[in-house]
Amino acid sequence: MSKPFIILFLFICGALASGTIKGDIERRALNIPAVVMFFIFVSGTLMITYWAAKRTKTASDFYTAGGGITGFQNGMAIAGDYMSAASFLGISGLVYLAGYDGLIYSIGFLVGWPIILFLISERLRNLGKYTFADVASFRLKQEPIRVLSAFGAIATVLLYLIAQMVGSGKLIELLFGLPYAYAVILVGVLMILYVTFGGMLATTWVQIIKAVLLLSGATFMAFAVLYHVDFSFEKLFSSAVEMHDRGIEIMSPGGLVSDPVSAISLGIALMFGTAGLPHILMRFFTVSDAKEARKSVFFATGFIGYFYILTFIIGFGAIVLVFKNPEYLDVAKQSVSGGFPIIGGKNMAAVHLSHALGGDLFLGFISAVAFATILAVVSGLTLAGASAISHDLYANVVEKGVCDQAKEMRVSKIATVALGIIAIMLGIAFVVGLAFAIAASSNFSVLFLSMFWSKLTTRGAVVGGILGLSTAILLVILGPIVWVNILGNAEAIFPYKYPALFSVTVAFIAIYFISITDRSARAKQDRDAFEAQDIRSQTGIGAKGPSSH
Amino acid sequence: MTVQTRDIIKNNPKYQRLVRSRNRFAWSLSIVMLLAYYTFIMTIAFKPEVLAISLSDGSVISVGIPVGIAMILFSFLLTGLYVYRANNTYDLMLEEIKAELADKGALDE
Repeated sequence: MSKPFIILFLFICGALASGTIKGDIERRALNIPAVVMFFIFVSGTLMITYWAAKRTKTASDFYTAGGGITGFQNGMAIAGDYMSAASFLGISGLVYLAGYDGLIYSIGFLVGWPIILFLISERLRNLGKYTFADVASFRLKQEPIRVLSAFGAIATVLLYLIAQMVGSGKLIELLFGLPYAYAVILVGVLMILYVTFGGMLATTWVQIIKAVLLLSGATFMAFAVLYHVDFSFEKLFSSAVEMHDRGIEIMSPGGLVSDPVSAISLGIALMFGTAGLPHILMRFFTVSDAKEARKSVFFATGFIGYFYILTFIIGFGAIVLVFKNPEYLDVAKQSVSGGFPIIGGKNMAAVHLSHALGGDLFLGFISAVAFATILAVVSGLTLAGASAISHDLYANVVEKGVCDQAKEMRVSKIATVALGIIAIMLGIAFVVGLAFAIAASSNFSVLFLSMFWSKLTTRGAVVGGILGLSTAILLVILGPIVWVNILGNAEAIFPYKYPALFSVTVAFIAIYFISITDRSARAKQDRDAFEAQDIRSQTGIGAKGPSSH
Repeated sequence: MTVQTRDIIKNNPKYQRLVRSRNRFAWSLSIVMLLAYYTFIMTIAFKPEVLAISLSDGSVISVGIPVGIAMILFSFLLTGLYVYRANNTYDLMLEEIKAELADKGALDE
């Protein structure tokens, strides 16, 4: 079934790619190595999809690759999910622009992982089956919790997805000279193919391959930067300070975190948001048991931490080699704004650096890797969103848990296509920060309390979860990013960029008060079931192992 | 899980010891991580000049750079510590408990 699709698809890719050569020569000459490497990646991953499609028969195969992924592979895939193009290009771009502040940001993204390991990962694996809603609704009433979790998951996934799609469109436009709309459609169609045919198995392997490519590319780049400065950090930093128009300021904290409320709020969003991202949580069900889940986080933390150190070196390398390099200077922009703007903006710093270090060939490699990264991340996101729709909403709420697997998988595939199309259509500017805030306020708070607080009741979780979700959305709309930057008002009604401190607090307090005052029969049932749940979460007794192939 | 199984496991002293010890360890590590991170982020919010101090006379490298890199390494080391302990202590305790339960026939469901 997949073969004609692959052939058709390669044909479309070819047609799209060749159509661009004429169009945008003045923007950037078509980079042949980039196109070749990208084609190799796409054909390779489509072959994996074909292989995975033959092995994806049951719902368990589709959602969790049958639970047969090892801890090391899963750690790589988790790291791959986390090392999106946004974090590779965005963080190295932030380092390029502001120096030290980029490091503060990446540390925030990393420190959630140890906490996930200590408190969440093993319990999650012991309690869940396909989605984090399985865990949150373990002892609570199925329907309302599933609906809430599914909405939290879909909201997070869509926001994240749109941010990635927008980024990919712009990136591909710049790198390959492919028009924005074509680029978004190309990403959307490929992602739908991976997910609908290959399920979690294909998605995981696409993610692992991309993680290997990205880590090796970034390692080579950082190594080349260090080679350029004779492996002396002193020389790297002092040349950067000399080059940068902000001078020595780039070596110390700048404007990223200025007031304590923002500092705490950002910390909460990054730390707890990670533990509420549906596509990351779902990865814990792809391994055989709690031990492998634990190993996954260990490897993931190592890879992600290593990657952030690399992006820091890459960002500083870009300051040295790109900042005042006339080859990458956006002359048109400079005549208007002055300073040293680079072509494509700060997020292209790493891409220009790759060219400065290794010419067209290495630029091509990094461009292809960046594209592969976007593809892999959107695939994981879409699979998580589709699972929330098919497993939580359809199978467990609409069909009340009695639904045959074939039907459930069909719904999941339809949902994948629908999400893909929505993401393609909504290619508009958005904020990943909101995705993290929603993930922390609704998904994380309900999930966390369901595992740790015996007095949590269905009513408390539902009302508190909805309040957390709506507070996060409301505060982001009233905050500076949407209210001022997008809606164009003069002053934000809510002064902070990061609402997590407030929305997470609202969620926790509401869940607490409503749960302790809940005297319903259901509440008693919810509380009585805690002990059995806790034993299973601590021991894995009763949890489902991997399915055999 | 039946009520009988639940109560057998709940009242097993080895299970109680495992849960107490592991929870204490996991929460302590979490608190250590939170303290380290919030000390870092609060320093940035209240006393950023501390991190701007030069590492040595004449060097442009600020204290903040090794501190930041150390935060990343520290996070990884903490996860390593937990995994080491879990693999070598908690997993063995759990295996013992499961074997004991299997002997009693409590795992047949």
